Amino acid sequence: MHPSLSFDQAPPISVPYRFFLAAPWFGVMAGILLAWSGPDAFASRWTPEALALTHLIALGFMLQAMSGALFQFIPVAVGGNVWRPRLVANAVQPLLVLATLFLVAGFLVGRPGLLSAAVPLFLLAVGGLVIAVAIALWRTPATGMTLWAMRMAIGGLAVTVLLGSLLAESLARGLPVPIIELTNIHLAWGLGGWALMLLAGVSYHVVPMFQLTRPYPPWFTRGFGPLLLFLLLAWSGQYFLGDLRWSAAIGLPLLVVFSAYAGMTLWLQYTRRRKIHDATSLYFRVAMISLLAFASSGAAFFLYPAIAVDPRSVVWLGVLAFAGVLVSAVTGMMYKIMPFLNWLHLQRLGAPMSAVPNMKKMLAAEAMTGQLRLHVLALLLLLAAVWLPALTRLAGVAFAASSAWLAWNLISTMRRYQTFRDQIRAVALHR
Amino acid sequence: MSITSPLFQHHKHCDEIFADAEEACEKGDWTVGAAAFELLRAQLETHFASEEELLFPAFEAATGMTSGPTEVMRGEHRQMRDLLAQMQVAVGSRDGDAFGGAAETLLILMQQHNMKEENILYPMCDNALGSSDVGASLAERLK
Repeated sequence: MHPSLSFDQAPPISVPYRFFLAAPWFGVMAGILLAWSGPDAFASRWTPEALALTHLIALGFMLQAMSGALFQFIPVAVGGNVWRPRLVANAVQPLLVLATLFLVAGFLVGRPGLLSAAVPLFLLAVGGLVIAVAIALWRTPATGMTLWAMRMAIGGLAVTVLLGSLLAESLARGLPVPIIELTNIHLAWGLGGWALMLLAGVSYHVVPMFQLTRPYPPWFTRGFGPLLLFLLLAWSGQYFLGDLRWSAAIGLPLLVVFSAYAGMTLWLQYTRRRKIHDATSLYFRVAMISLLAFASSGAAFFLYPAIAVDPRSVVWLGVLAFAGVLVSAVTGMMYKIMPFLNWLHLQRLGAPMSAVPNMKKMLAAEAMTGQLRLHVLALLLLLAAVWLPALTRLAGVAFAASSAWLAWNLISTMRRYQTFRDQIRAVALHR
Repeated sequence: MSITSPLFQHHKHCDEIFADAEEACEKGDWTVGAAAFELLRAQLETHFASEEELLFPAFEAATGMTSGPTEVMRGEHRQMRDLLAQMQVAVGSRDGDAFGGAAETLLILMQQHNMKEENILYPMCDNALGSSDVGASLAERLK
C-alpha cells in the first residue's frame, strides 16, 4: 500500500489563489518605487532602492507565486501529500507578506529594527513552508527527476533564507560578517539553487504537457540538477576558503548550465507538435531568451572584466534575471494554472459538465496577450534604463502598469470562478 | 517491456492526433479537423476502455484497492468523455471558439491525467501484475 499516495488531494482553490492574487501587487509596488526613486535607483546593486526592488520581486512576487504553485503541483505531479494545506497556507502567506514589507521598508528607511523584525517572520513563514513541503516531497512513493529537482530546490530555498536572515541581522546589528561574500552566496542559492532549480523541475513536466513538446532528454534531466548543485557548492566554497582565483572557472560552467536549460527548452518548443501559440508559451520564450541573455552577459563580464567595472553591469544582470526570467515564467504559469483550476473546481461541484464553461471563458486570450506585450515593453525599458538613467521613471511606470494589468486579469479569473460557482449552486437548489 | 508500456506509447500517439485536430480546427479547415477529431475520439475511447476493462480490474484484484487511484482515473475518463462530447458538438456546428476552449481544457486534463498514470499508477500496476498476461492483451487492443 502507498499511505501517502494522494491522487485526488488537490488543495482547496483558496490555497493557491491567495498566493497568486497577492503576487502581482508586489510588482506594482516595485514599479512605483522605481518611478518614485528615479535615475539613482539603478546606480549599483547596493543602493537601498535596488535592494528593496530585488526583494519585492524575489520574495513578494516570485516566492509568493511559487509557494502557491507548490501546494498545487506537489499532489498532482509527484503524488505528495502536503499536511493540512489550508492551515499551512493561511499561516504562511500573511506572514510572508508582512515579512517582505518589513524587510523592504528596512532597506528603504534604514531602520535596523525593521530588518530585525523581518527575520523571525521569514524564519517562521519559510520554515513552515519548507517543513510542510519537504515532508510531502520525501514521503511520496513517486520517483523521477522532477521530484529530485524539487527536493534540491526546497533545500536551496532553506539555504537562501538562512543566509538572508544572517545578512539582515548583520546589517541591523552591525555584526562583523563578510557582507559582500555572504550576499554573493545568498544570491547564487536564491537564483540558482531555489528559483532556477524549481523552474527546471517544473519545466520537465509542464513544457511537454502544455505545448506537446518531446520530453527533456534523460541525460539532460539527470545531469542538470546535480551539476547545478555541485557548482553552487563550489561557488560557496570559494568564499569560505577566501580564495577567489577559481571564480571564473566555477562561474562560467554555471552560466553554461543555465544556458543549456534555456537552449534545450527553446529547442523543444521550436520542434513541438502543438502549433498553437498562447500567452504561456510566449511567456516561457521570453523567460528563456532572457536567461540566455543573462548567461551571455555574465560570461562577457567574467571574460572581459573591464566592461564589468561599471556597477550598473550587475544591475543589468539583475533586471534580466528577475524581470526577464522569473516574472515572465511565473506569469506564464499562472495564466495556465488559474483557468484550469477554475474549471476543475467548478466541475467538482456536481453540475452537469456542459454547465461548466471551458478554460477560454475563464480568462480571455486577448487579456493575456495584451498584458504580455506590455510586460515585454516594460522589460525592454528596464534594460534600457540601466544604461540610460533618464528612462528609469518611465520604465518603473510601465512595469507597475503591466503588473497591475496582471493583477486585474487574475482577479477577473477568480471572480469568474465565484460567479459560475454561484450560478451552479443556484441551479442545484432549484432542482 | 513492462506490462503498461503499450499504454505509454498510446498516450503519445493520442497527443499527436490531438495536435493535428486542434491545428486544423483552429485554421478553420473543418474537413481535415473533423476527420482528425473523429480519430482522436475513437483512439481515446479505445484507451479508456482498455484500462477500465483490463488493467484496472486486474490491478484491483491483485491489490484489493478498489476505491483508490483507479476510481480517480475512472472519474477523469468521464470528464474527458464529456469534453469530447462538447468538442463533437462544436465540430458539428463549426464553432471554432467552443472547440478551442474545450480542446484546451481537454489537453490540460488529459496531460495531468497521463502524468499521474505514467508516474504513479502504471509503475504500481507493473509491480502488482508482474507475472500476468494483461500486458499481452493491452498490446493487442492498442495495436
